[in-house]
Amino acid sequence: MTDASLVVTDLRVEFSGFVAVGGVSFDAHPGEVRFLIGPNGAGKTTCIDAITGLTKGTGSARLGEKELLGRQVHKIVRLGVGRTFQTASVFDELTVLQNLDIAAGRHRPAISLLRARRGVDPAIERALEETGLAGELTTPAGILSHGQKQWLEIAMLLVQDAKVLLLDEPVAGMSQDERTATGELLQRIAAKRIVLVVEHDMDFMRRYATRVTVLHQGRVLSQGTVAEVQADPRVQEVYLGTADAMTEG
Amino acid sequence: MTKKPWISLGGIGVFAVLLLAVAPLVLSDHWLNNLGKYCCWAIAAVGIGLAWGRGGMLVMGQGVFFALGAYSMAMHLTLESAGDRVPGFMVLYDPLAPLPAFWEPFRGAGFTLLAIVLLPVVVAGILGYALFKRRVKGAYFAILTQALAVALATLISSTIRETGGDTGLSDFKYFFGFVLNDPANKIMVFLIAAGLLVVCLLVVWQLYRSRFGELLVATRDAEERVRFLGYDPANVKLVAFVVSALMASIGGAMFVPIVGIITPAEIGAAASILMIAGVAFGGRASLFGPALGAMAVGWGQSSLGSTWPDGWTYILGLLFIVVILFLPNGLSSLPARFAAARRRPEQKAAPSAATPELEEVRS
Repeated sequence: MTDASLVVTDLRVEFSGFVAVGGVSFDAHPGEVRFLIGPNGAGKTTCIDAITGLTKGTGSARLGEKELLGRQVHKIVRLGVGRTFQTASVFDELTVLQNLDIAAGRHRPAISLLRARRGVDPAIERALEETGLAGELTTPAGILSHGQKQWLEIAMLLVQDAKVLLLDEPVAGMSQDERTATGELLQRIAAKRIVLVVEHDMDFMRRYATRVTVLHQGRVLSQGTVAEVQADPRVQEVYLGTADAMTEG
Repeated sequence: MTKKPWISLGGIGVFAVLLLAVAPLVLSDHWLNNLGKYCCWAIAAVGIGLAWGRGGMLVMGQGVFFALGAYSMAMHLTLESAGDRVPGFMVLYDPLAPLPAFWEPFRGAGFTLLAIVLLPVVVAGILGYALFKRRVKGAYFAILTQALAVALATLISSTIRETGGDTGLSDFKYFFGFVLNDPANKIMVFLIAAGLLVVCLLVVWQLYRSRFGELLVATRDAEERVRFLGYDPANVKLVAFVVSALMASIGGAMFVPIVGIITPAEIGAAASILMIAGVAFGGRASLFGPALGAMAVGWGQSSLGSTWPDGWTYILGLLFIVVILFLPNGLSSLPARFAAARRRPEQKAAPSAATPELEEVRS
């Protein structure tokens, strides 16, 4: 069950003629921190959007035996696929505990919604411990720092018991210390889960990636370990080469 | 944080004592009857507070559900007063007019009570399902509900033979076997309305402190995020919408024996907006705000509105503007504002847990 892998095959996404993702294939397995990198407009976030049902894609994205494409967003989530967004989106007016409680709610029977919460779910306590938010239980999420909001989002995925965590630029805007803490957190939680990170930050990628997929203009440019990818001349060209490639949006 | 619900519960208790024990003792028959009328609007307002304040759905056409309850009740009381004969207004145009088929079941008291509860649930259920699953929200939702209220009022106006048209239904003599003119029975009808208001407050009190209440606020503020937590936001909104429709229907049903008349004017666009005005005035996201706001607007209408009918509309309009500009969360946010100002005079007040997003209305 926990060994199920995320296998994406020939994923294509078109926006009224414009091909945002043109046949991307990759796979991600439990136990590794998988990075999806590439210049702006490479189609990284669109890949995640398609996998989570936010935009329509063709091809295939399977979690174990189950096909994800074509299902409704909340049904895909119920199969164990969780994601975060580039801008941290937590429920600002609810406390950290309330945020997590809602995330944990999908495992409860619907009728329990009518009762008030008593005590803290053990899963929530574990997630708070894991993400270092234990002291912020009753803080409204809106006044958390930027980094803490991102951690709260990750904590929400943990209590949600997601098997696949798709993280869209989790360290954008974070301080160096926060990046380190986040990277270590990702490595810990990846032990039993599939963690797929979309990132711009090359330094962060180098430090924490197990394997990397480089996207460029909607296609897979290179795939492999950090060292392999860095040695790939095509990657060097896209990232270091001509100014055109850098500014392409 | 864990204590606050119990304070609110105490507040409902005090409110219940004032309404059910003190008011009948100190108020004249005339004002008690008026207070009963405000209670009916307040019942509908409590539902609006749930749907709009907590759920972010600007329900501009609660008159529709108010009408379902009111006309169900009015048809029953009309038939009860007419006895075996066909109601007077129907024979006015055609002495041999038969009773329309849809009136017939409303002879039964049980059917009428069932209709008051089930009609709004079914109508709001179908309407809400269709709208929320298609992700209709914001201004589109508001306009759509408003249009329905206009359409229903027009339909009733134009079917004078079946529904009494603009003249409405009136002259009710009996209320489930009780003579309505009897002062003791009037007090009983008031107590039923006031009691139902207290029950509605208790229902939303439990809903607000429950996990559903938290989920509803989450859905209001970030619907997409809720979807990515594995919930279907449409279902969450649907529940709040149906409960609010049910409350509007109950308010409408009690309005009929208390006021003694129901016309399309009481359920149309203007009436629906007046219900919203009370809720905005009192504070849409708070527990007591909608009910007290609706009662205050009702009181203003019958005291100022009768002595100074031209000025009242302006006062109401001005009040509305001032509240929206300076107190977007209504009068009930005043104590929290004062407290925040005293604690940290130099800092800007932190958003309170019940501050609704204005986006929904603006979008």
